[in-house]
Amino acid sequence: MKKTVHEFTTKIPEWKPYVAPLDLSQATPEQLEALKVTPSNTKVSDYVLVLAHDVETLQHRTPLFNGIMYNRGGLSRAEREIGAVAASIVNRCVYCAAVHASRYNQLTKSETVVDALFADGMDAQIEPRLKAIFNFAFKLSQCPSEANDKDMQALVDAGLSKEEILDLILSSSLFGWANRLMHTLGEPLSD
Amino acid sequence: MLQLEDVIAKITGIDRGSALAEAVNGRADIMSLTQQTYVAALHPTDPGGLSYVERAAFACRISVLNSDREFEAHFHNLIGDNDASGARIADIGFVGGHDVRLSALIRHVDLVAQNPKNATEGDIKRLQAAGVSDADIVRLSELVAFVSYQIRVAAGLRLMRDLA
Repeated sequence: MKKTVHEFTTKIPEWKPYVAPLDLSQATPEQLEALKVTPSNTKVSDYVLVLAHDVETLQHRTPLFNGIMYNRGGLSRAEREIGAVAASIVNRCVYCAAVHASRYNQLTKSETVVDALFADGMDAQIEPRLKAIFNFAFKLSQCPSEANDKDMQALVDAGLSKEEILDLILSSSLFGWANRLMHTLGEPLSD
Repeated sequence: MLQLEDVIAKITGIDRGSALAEAVNGRADIMSLTQQTYVAALHPTDPGGLSYVERAAFACRISVLNSDREFEAHFHNLIGDNDASGARIADIGFVGGHDVRLSALIRHVDLVAQNPKNATEGDIKRLQAAGVSDADIVRLSELVAFVSYQIRVAAGLRLMRDLA
């Protein structure tokens, strides 16, 4: 019997939707196009099949997501993941946090930062640059945003360029979006 | 009618030629996709069961919950004057009155905008019980999620703009 996962983890859970995913046999040509379904590629996750109910936003989602997380230049991939993790902690999206914390660990080959962030959030004892990054993203993810000029100045003082700061704003904001879908439309399950 | 200009650029008023404008131009693809998603969320070709007025009004509520006066004014303008119900839905003191469907939609918009961490399966069941289809639940969620993203991007850019 699988159980809902409530605690943050780097072990990626399954995701079970609360609403019915799109039935591919009922899909419109626009939905099939947005899902990139072809006779040789019929594997689509339940999450994407849920989002396919709103095909007009879905068609921009993949290029936007890939651009924000993997574009060349600007903030490092690992530091963009910290923006994603910060938002996911604020919004308690256990699934998104697991995916992006584990990606950070893979990229940096270390688990100490994620362990500290999961345990202590903004009080985590981590290097100053990562702390400035995490704290800015954590405060920007509140509703309303609590990020202020001092938090912005801390990013500059930690050595981030304008291009890097922009990428951090984008990755943490993007997860304000993703968390509001993943955490509210379904739940993470594990053995 | 929907403005074709980039909403975030208009709201943040970044000076052309500034170092910040240069950084933003370096991510022109992202800003363009963001604007295209804005159109898809606020004014889709097929709005399903959520009217354009309701979408603009929910976005206005979300702006108020985020204490963002500029987005509030923007979405208020988008509601237009043709339909008095829009301004009423945008008022965060209004929770839907006797309209079961509207009450359920407003409750969910406020929850997901402010406290997504508290959302559970029971909140989706409430929408379904009020007669909201699964497709409209996804449309509503995308609207709240996208506007929450857009407001944060603008909030971050304003802080960058105001750097000494």
